[in-house]
Amino acid sequence: MRVFVGVKRAVDYAAKVRIQADKKGERAQAPPAPLAAVDISNVKMAINPFCEIAVEEAVRLKEKKVAEEVSQLRVTAAARRVHVVAVSIGPKQAQEVIRQALAMGADRGIHVTTDMRVDQELQPLAVAKIMAALTGEHDPSAWLLGKQAIDDDSNQVAQMLAGLLDWPQATFASEVEVSEDKKSATVTREIDGGLQTIEVPLPAVISADLRLNEPRYATLPNIMKAKKKKIDTVDAASLGVDLAGQIEVLEVSEPATREAGSKVEDVDALLAKLKADGLL
Amino acid sequence: MLARASATATRGLASARFASTLVSRAGCLELGVLVPPSSRDIIAEPGAGVASPGTLSAVTAAKAIGGSVDVFIAGKDAAADAEALAKVDGVARVFKADNEALANGIAEDMTAAVLACQEANKYSHIMTPASNYGKNFLPRVAAKLDMAQVSDVMAIEGEDTFLRPMYAGEPQPTPPGLLCFHAALAPPHAACECAQHGRISNAIARVKATGAVKIMTVRATGFDKASPEGGSAAVEDAPAFESAGKSAFKSEEMVKSDRPELESASVVVSGGRGIKSEENFELMFKLADKLDAAVGASRAAVDAGFCSNDMQVGQTGKIVAPDLYIAVGISGAIQHLAGMKDSKTIVCINKDEEAPIFGVSDYGLVADLFKAVPELTEKLPARS
Repeated sequence: MRVFVGVKRAVDYAAKVRIQADKKGERAQAPPAPLAAVDISNVKMAINPFCEIAVEEAVRLKEKKVAEEVSQLRVTAAARRVHVVAVSIGPKQAQEVIRQALAMGADRGIHVTTDMRVDQELQPLAVAKIMAALTGEHDPSAWLLGKQAIDDDSNQVAQMLAGLLDWPQATFASEVEVSEDKKSATVTREIDGGLQTIEVPLPAVISADLRLNEPRYATLPNIMKAKKKKIDTVDAASLGVDLAGQIEVLEVSEPATREAGSKVEDVDALLAKLKADGLL
Repeated sequence: MLARASATATRGLASARFASTLVSRAGCLELGVLVPPSSRDIIAEPGAGVASPGTLSAVTAAKAIGGSVDVFIAGKDAAADAEALAKVDGVARVFKADNEALANGIAEDMTAAVLACQEANKYSHIMTPASNYGKNFLPRVAAKLDMAQVSDVMAIEGEDTFLRPMYAGEPQPTPPGLLCFHAALAPPHAACECAQHGRISNAIARVKATGAVKIMTVRATGFDKASPEGGSAAVEDAPAFESAGKSAFKSEEMVKSDRPELESASVVVSGGRGIKSEENFELMFKLADKLDAAVGASRAAVDAGFCSNDMQVGQTGKIVAPDLYIAVGISGAIQHLAGMKDSKTIVCINKDEEAPIFGVSDYGLVADLFKAVPELTEKLPARS
């Protein structure tokens, strides 16, 4: 069983993004200059937290020996080898997050290179098409993705990929159990108002919600080992996929800020204020 | 208190699965609105047949685009919900897909049903409320149509121009002791750029969708609810489709509560890490009962097991915008603020006066919540 995991390099969750002064979503210079709008030039970048959870789940499947080749015809050690492939799409720095996935336990990486900005220019549909193209070539049994990237907040790629491949999908997973025969997975999903459990035949696309697991820290020895693991590089343009987006960012602005109100002395003062405002 | 209800006990509630708005007719826009079944996100009597709040907001969003608005509702026993939707002001037609395969919102079947509807009606816009229900299948529909999706639309400026939030995410808990990101950079807050520490670190993008069909999920709190009365739409059977038969529904565990639904409640009381234990969370329920309020929570409270995860308010949880939001023992991490900052009036009770929540609160009370909350509950006038 070969599991592909998508990992996105995004702004670190704790970093504050700045909006560029001209607010325009246009390129300041000719490509490959970055788009203006959200200024991420000097911001700390990291693996998207939901992707990190997806990597952790893939590695746990591997540790449970689920992600193992079970073909009776190929019983060699190599064929039985666990296989988790971390895939990232983006500029050359995307290799950093692939290395992190490798340090967490992924076996090898695929870096799909592009100069397009992955937070607004290279959009979910194109990302899903790239992943679908890789699927055709590598034949994984499952794709594990995060439910959303914290830069564009789209929450689309997993669903789109499943649609393009005509695979079943299990989104917002909080628990994943692969069957003995590796032919299906039982997934508990976070839905409005509770939890839902479904069974999806494999191959399938599964997207990770926050509560699926707690990602491990990469230890120094594992980080060193990860440096020796292989990362293949593929040019996005060579995959024969239409990368043009259908969503044009016209402008990016800061949300209206809320004025800080007043502090009240005690509960009585609070009640008086709320009454005066007609809220009680 | 919350109680876990078995799948069978709640099956009756889960009648209609989704409604979608599809808008457009010859010469004008055709809009399709996919709306969730009433039972999906509100507490209702079995087969209640009411339009859910998210649906009513989506209809308002659809009307803002113009054209005629059709609503698509899918599920098992969708008839009662379809009747309710037909009365919603501004709805032209209601398509009802009464089908066992759609009873549980399985994405593959939902997609097939929506595509059949799109094939028959050629909508210019397809939208659904940005709930987990809609987020699950709509991108799949978009991919099948080779169209982009605009997620979480919070305002509509024209038939192809929308506002949506980006960069709001912070799904990790704020590290203990770090109240504001600037606090780490500039310990004396005087030097901090963000005068109000509650400032949200995100961006609002104005986007233009250039695809032939505009596909979008809409944020319920961005739009007023359409009137559930005054409409007289025709109810028709939705076009037939073939079930994909891929995924199989196993079970469902719904959290049962007799309190108002979080996303549509006019008053929300929300507890955070400061509550300290599941037992103490009872304080929040008592306060909520007095105010007829829904109860929310910060991610820290959910992760610590004080309450169930569907109560989480924030960027990766529910987005709420009630008239009154009372935050108790919540520091105000950016990710939490992203889920409630559009509330009309925000009250916070926190013993740490440096907490960023005070930066967005209209009224802040610096006090020990274990004293202040019981006192507040006691002194509140009882609601009839």
